Amino acid sequence: MNITVAVESGEALPSASEAGPAPKRIVVAYGFWIFLLSDIVMFSALFAAYAVLQHASAGGPTGAQLFNQSRVAIETACLLASSYTCGLMSLAVNSRRRFATYLGALLTFVLGVAFLSLEIREFADMIAQGAGPQRSAFLSAFFALVGCHGLHVTAGLVWLVVMMGQVASKGFRPAVQRRLQCFSLFWHALDIVWVGLFTVVYLMGVTQ
Amino acid sequence: MNLLGKLDWSAIPFDQPIIMGAGAFMVLAIVGILSWVTLKGYVPYLWREWITSVDHKRIGVMYFLLALVMLLRGFSDAIMMRAQQAVAAGGAQGYLPPEHFDQVFSAHGTIMIFFVAMPFVIGLMNFVLPLQLGVRDVAFPTLNSVSFWLTASGVLLINISLVVGEFAKTGWIAYPPLSELQFSPGVGVDYYLWSLQISGVGTLLTGINFVTTILKLRAPGMGYMRMPVFCWTSLAANLLIVAAFPVLTATLGMLLLDRYLGFHFFTVDGQGNAMMYVNLFWVWGHPEVYILILPPFGIFSEVVATFSGKPLFGYRSMVAATMAICVLSFLVWLHHFFTMGASADVNGFFGVMTMIIAVPTGVKVFNWLFTMYGGRVRFEVPILWSIGFMVTFVIGGMSGVLMAVPPADFQLHNSLFLVAHFHNVIIGGVIFGVMAGYNYWFPKAFGFKLDERWGRASFWCWLIGFYVAFMPLYVLGLMGMTRRMQHYDNVAWQPWLVVAAIGTAIILVGIVCQIVQLVVSIRDRDRLRVTGDPWNGRTLEWSTASPPPAWNFAVLPQVAERDSFWVAKHRAGARQAQPEPARQYEPIEVPKNSPVGVVNAFFAVVIGFALIWHIWWMAGLGLIGTFLAILVFAFRDGDETEVPAEQVAEFDRLHEARVAI
Amino acid sequence: MTEARFDRAPGDQSIATKQQAASSGILVYSIGLLLAAILTAISFWVANTTLLWGPGVALGLAVLAIAQMGVHLVFFLHITTGPDNTNNVLALAFGVLIVLLVVAGSLVIMANLNGSMMPADMMDMQMHY
Repeated sequence: MNITVAVESGEALPSASEAGPAPKRIVVAYGFWIFLLSDIVMFSALFAAYAVLQHASAGGPTGAQLFNQSRVAIETACLLASSYTCGLMSLAVNSRRRFATYLGALLTFVLGVAFLSLEIREFADMIAQGAGPQRSAFLSAFFALVGCHGLHVTAGLVWLVVMMGQVASKGFRPAVQRRLQCFSLFWHALDIVWVGLFTVVYLMGVTQ
Repeated sequence: MNLLGKLDWSAIPFDQPIIMGAGAFMVLAIVGILSWVTLKGYVPYLWREWITSVDHKRIGVMYFLLALVMLLRGFSDAIMMRAQQAVAAGGAQGYLPPEHFDQVFSAHGTIMIFFVAMPFVIGLMNFVLPLQLGVRDVAFPTLNSVSFWLTASGVLLINISLVVGEFAKTGWIAYPPLSELQFSPGVGVDYYLWSLQISGVGTLLTGINFVTTILKLRAPGMGYMRMPVFCWTSLAANLLIVAAFPVLTATLGMLLLDRYLGFHFFTVDGQGNAMMYVNLFWVWGHPEVYILILPPFGIFSEVVATFSGKPLFGYRSMVAATMAICVLSFLVWLHHFFTMGASADVNGFFGVMTMIIAVPTGVKVFNWLFTMYGGRVRFEVPILWSIGFMVTFVIGGMSGVLMAVPPADFQLHNSLFLVAHFHNVIIGGVIFGVMAGYNYWFPKAFGFKLDERWGRASFWCWLIGFYVAFMPLYVLGLMGMTRRMQHYDNVAWQPWLVVAAIGTAIILVGIVCQIVQLVVSIRDRDRLRVTGDPWNGRTLEWSTASPPPAWNFAVLPQVAERDSFWVAKHRAGARQAQPEPARQYEPIEVPKNSPVGVVNAFFAVVIGFALIWHIWWMAGLGLIGTFLAILVFAFRDGDETEVPAEQVAEFDRLHEARVAI
Repeated sequence: MTEARFDRAPGDQSIATKQQAASSGILVYSIGLLLAAILTAISFWVANTTLLWGPGVALGLAVLAIAQMGVHLVFFLHITTGPDNTNNVLALAFGVLIVLLVVAGSLVIMANLNGSMMPADMMDMQMHY
């Protein structure tokens, strides 16, 4: 149904739909946008699994017993702040300011690492308490969902390091700018997933 | 610690003559082809022009070839099953032991869906889409190559399972708890999971690539409502890939976590829930059906319009029906498990939705019929397949609507009636569509037509063979025979199964005719040579040379209406005297070849194989290799080369001269 | 051929703001950060307070989360209702539709299926004895 709407508005705007092949920056960013949507659909399957299995604790610990809200609050703050610094970095990239780009990337990286190390600590604590993913279906779904987000953050950090290498060795050539654009889309999308995650898993998990 | 994980000599089934024979044949064929290629000195050519090519036309042809080879593999499984069921009646056990029969039907389903139907359809989209859209390539040419090679990795893994180890014995859907480690401790399910995960990544990347191509890269003037219908149906299919395949990845990922790390998503213990797998699997599974069938709907639209010499009837309704199917296909998935415990309300809702989705499909059938009505239909091979499709697909669709009624489904679920139904729509829809497209676009890809007589013979064998093979299965389903039976006691079923086996043999003759058709056509290619537009086509792909140059179009076509090439031809006919103004040629940027696809595929196979056999160090090496390959690719300089304007002009002049003759 | 004839790339700010000084970009991100931080704080407060009507808390949290996702989309990803953004918004709408169908459909179906199962405590008894 959505797409039929696209047709109508496409006809109303002959310039955009009939202008011929779009410039590369738009093509690349749009392709990455579609990838992000597919990634979010993948998360939705994990969310659905978690929602279905969240009470299946098999006599083991429940979310209310396990989750530490102040740690989650710090994690959330780290990720939100890193989204902000990532935005500042993309402003610096657009105006080709090298030092500001490095600074933004460094802050983003440090905040991302802080988030990740808190998450790893949380996982380690839970496993040490005997609340690992093998304990119950609820914990399996929890570790898979939160862990999958964590893996995405890890991949994002590796990507950021590689991109700084590219800025250093190749400067702000168009290909590098397009990739940094995609990176910032990726990083903001991860933050959006985290909003769903801390709400559904941690906050709703302790209120129930 | 064992350096080779679970792998040792017992993995190779030396005591199974059938498997060893098939394996030996496969190994001999591969070694034979490789050594022939090497001896003839074709390796550099293949590497340069095909393996590292990022040209969408070459990649499309390779996809098609891959699917054709796997069709032979999947069809051998079909022959084995039909032969087994034709003899294993009463007390007889047939020639396939149960554990082997179980692998055969699992491999047949997996291969036919993922490694035959998908690459056929994706191959055709690859070849046709940029040409129909009037552009020079897909949005991400190198990614396209990566997608193809990842699919090939999945194919390789599933074929390795024939000789090293075993394949899943769970059916192609691998429902837990049967597919959990507790009940399937062997490597079969792991082969299934890893080959699907690896090829699934490739399919997802293809979906992203094509959606972007269709929405962002079109010839100047080609608004949405001027796109050929094949582009519309491909858009819908690729949107479904993007929306559905991640769910499959996540679901199979959960099963992998259960099997490898002791998670409890779908296990019996730990309060896991096996129905969650069934639910999520079909969230992907039903859209997948439409991913397969929508592009063939587009092929039929092109073929019917071209060979009737008329514009397609009801273009707008066709587009609306396509997009309606695209969304509705996400609202019917429960009909795959009506019998598994949902209440009457839920079953009723999904039953009604399933009936509703038949409506847009019906709209399409009427549109094709009205397109042919009053047209001058040329009965060449592509339209034969299309007419065969219309009759066959309507029968299959009606049996599907029948099963959409939940009480009826309680009788028919998992019976041979169901098996007959989905073969009716997948062979009658997807395979017939692919064959129509193959005969239709082959001259565009290679510059000569396929032999007509062998094409007709192949069509009639397929059509008749299909009915002989599958109509008995409807009857058997109504008689109460369930699917996947290695042997059975009721001898009243046997005559019908013998008829079905004969039907399979007729289809085999059809496949042989196809191979002969290809060989004969290559031999007689000078007789069959054609110019750019052999069928008096309507869409842009026919406006360029056959085969098209690497850059597709010397000058991007200007589009002002639907079927613009057809309109342009008629206008040119009206004012023949005036020569066209001289074209301005500009140098064209074409993407450089890249080995990153094939290198990644190599590492993907290494990782997959290592994980299947728990060879952790090798999996680690594979991961590092993948990362390094991507890194090297990311740091390359200049990914495009320039074709000088003179070369473009020269090619165009030669083409014009050939058309003039 | 200017860029204005084409759609905008996802994540790009509109042409008008791009040409202004980077300070307006910083302003947009800062407003987004502020709003997101406020919404997050409210979420954590709502989850922990006893002042609110219990059963409404989950709904309130869901509304706050959706609002915050909207803030991220508008201020960080620069998704607007402008005509040059239609394609991006439509793709997003399609994705959101699929996510809703997958999550809501799975929850309804699985709740329905679980309703047909033996009660959990009886299951436990069977498993233990």
